[in-house]
Amino acid sequence: MEQVMPKEMPEKEIIRCHNVNKWFGKLHVLKDVNLSIKKGEVLVILGPSGSGKSTFIRTINGLEDIQQGDIVIDEITLSHDIKHIEAIRKETGMVFQQFNLFPHMTILKNITLAPIWVRKKPKKEAEKEALELLERVGIPEQANKYPGQLSGGQQQRVAIARALAMQPEIMLFDEPTSALDPEMIKEVLDVMKELAKSGMTMLVVTHEMGFAREVADRIVLFDNGEIVETGTPEALFDNPQHDRTKLFLSQIL
Amino acid sequence: MMHTEITPTKSKVLPPEQKQTIFGWTKKNLFNSWFNIILTFVSLFIIFIVLKGTLTWVVTNADWEVIRANYRLFMVGQFSEEEIWRVWSALLYLTLLFGLSAGIWKGTIRQLSFLLTAIYVIHLALPFLSGHTKIWLLSNIVTLFASYVIGLKLPKGKMIGIGGWLFSIIVILFFLQGFGILPSVQTSMWNGLLLTVILSAVAIVGSFPIGILLALGRTSKLPIIKYFCIAYIEFIRGIPLITVFFSMQILIPLFLPEGFTVANIIRVMIGATLFTAAYMAENVRGGLQSIPKGQFEAAKTIGLSSIQSTFLIILPQALRAVIPAIVGQSISMFKDTSLVAIVGLVDLLGIAQTVKSNPAFLGHHMEVYLFVALVYWVIAYAMSYSSRRLEETLGVGKR
Ligand SMILES: Nc1ncnc2c1ncn2[C@@H]1O[C@H](COP(=O)(O)OP(=O)(O)OP(=O)(O)O)[C@@H](O)[C@H]1O
Ligand SMILES: [Mg+2]
Repeated sequence: MEQVMPKEMPEKEIIRCHNVNKWFGKLHVLKDVNLSIKKGEVLVILGPSGSGKSTFIRTINGLEDIQQGDIVIDEITLSHDIKHIEAIRKETGMVFQQFNLFPHMTILKNITLAPIWVRKKPKKEAEKEALELLERVGIPEQANKYPGQLSGGQQQRVAIARALAMQPEIMLFDEPTSALDPEMIKEVLDVMKELAKSGMTMLVVTHEMGFAREVADRIVLFDNGEIVETGTPEALFDNPQHDRTKLFLSQIL
Repeated sequence: MMHTEITPTKSKVLPPEQKQTIFGWTKKNLFNSWFNIILTFVSLFIIFIVLKGTLTWVVTNADWEVIRANYRLFMVGQFSEEEIWRVWSALLYLTLLFGLSAGIWKGTIRQLSFLLTAIYVIHLALPFLSGHTKIWLLSNIVTLFASYVIGLKLPKGKMIGIGGWLFSIIVILFFLQGFGILPSVQTSMWNGLLLTVILSAVAIVGSFPIGILLALGRTSKLPIIKYFCIAYIEFIRGIPLITVFFSMQILIPLFLPEGFTVANIIRVMIGATLFTAAYMAENVRGGLQSIPKGQFEAAKTIGLSSIQSTFLIILPQALRAVIPAIVGQSISMFKDTSLVAIVGLVDLLGIAQTVKSNPAFLGHHMEVYLFVALVYWVIAYAMSYSSRRLEETLGVGKR
């Protein structure tokens, strides 16, 4: 695991998106998206419903393909080549709104599955690391339960642990707290904050403005498939430049 | 521990006690309204009439000599007396597997082993079976208990158990057929319940993997595979089983080199397997469709290949969801084997036909059919019972 230490930001760009365009049928959902993310950066994506936030974040690990433009992750160019996509998926972890744990496996199996089958780790070692991860997300005692026996907040923390078990360079979060009851949101956000402090590169789609202000290094605002505005939390919240940003913030705050 | 109890009563609130008396239960469930009172009486009356009629007939009018005299025929048909030890050995192997598995896995398989023991014990008590038979029955019972105890303690039990079941069909066919090592028993001598059970076992076990492959193929992105699977499934589901049996008689010889023949029983096995596979495929497909898209995506994002995600994530959940449908299909295959009479095989029902037309037992077809129905029912019920138990233990429907 990375050590918890003050953030230093090497100038290496781990994600580069250049003129990314995507259509669903005739619907143009991503329009000339240009965005680069440095290693260790925490980027929060805001925007109204249907603006293409999920679609964008899902193009990063090839869950959605793009019709125009380039996405380069850690010097690997995303293409239709399944080899490249699989290589990139080993570099990126993803956390979904609906957790998507595997209901037929225990928590421990959920976490050790990919290290054992994809990284070919010995079972003992994978389990030891899984228990450490569960410790890190604060639920070491749940290892032998099934997902259905856990609360939403606990399930989402397991989902984070499952993604971390592959030791990814980048973590993608698509509204990780939107399906949670209010009292469970904090426990998940706390885990994410700890992760951000540890130097993980993170892309987070969220409606949690408090989290965005406190943790984000940079915020981008999506509207209608375009990046409308990019800036530090202070700049974006306190001194928005664009009318659409002002409108969005006025509706949400 | 030192804590002051502020609300001592609150911590001990139990649910109100529910004393159920038989009287209370009947009142609540059977006589709670005028309409239900009438229904209860009408049903009781019908049950009474039917039971009285049947039981009177079973006990006083029926002559069970026809079953007694032909018992062996019903069970193993014309399998010769000298070779009968082979059927017993095959059964002994199965008993051993049941015992071991009961010890290893407990649960459903243990219940089935109880049922098996019960069947053996009942047969032991039947006065007309020979001493020779009873020795075999006794050794089955002893084996069952011994292997159960061994199964409880066996290290690596699950591996051994699964291996044993995987080999079971081969072991059983070896004992029955001989494979050139034991003197061969012509397959036309395999009749009665023995044939029914072997046919259905082969068809059910064989159709399962084929059905899974067809279902996966149907969802494939490769058009050739996809349309082949669709065509196969839809074609087979559109024709009756009898037609399949008939066409196997004609088609299989066409594919074989000159002078090479395949026993009738093999052709029927292939037909039944291919037929059932189409239905299995549709059941499995239902299960595949019930898996949320998020499961596929989660599997992808942690880096599993599509083969890994199919076999580790999707199929285990899909199959669990359709256990009832798969067992239902197996039960109906088991009963449908009775159609093989059409192509000249003599299964349990076939034996029933021969026995009832034997001049010595003329007019006793009721007894014969009732007995055959009972045998079918016991096996079919055991299947559906274990499916229900399996659903409970695997928690189908709970996420
Ligand atoms: N699989 C799909 N097929 C067709 N259209 C889609 C598909 N997925 C998303 N869309 C459309 O693309 C647009 C962008 O969707 P997306 O899910 O990226 O929005 P979002 O910003 O994540 O919204 P939300 O905040 O509601 O999650 C929407 O108009 C949506 O209806
Ligand atoms: Mg979304």
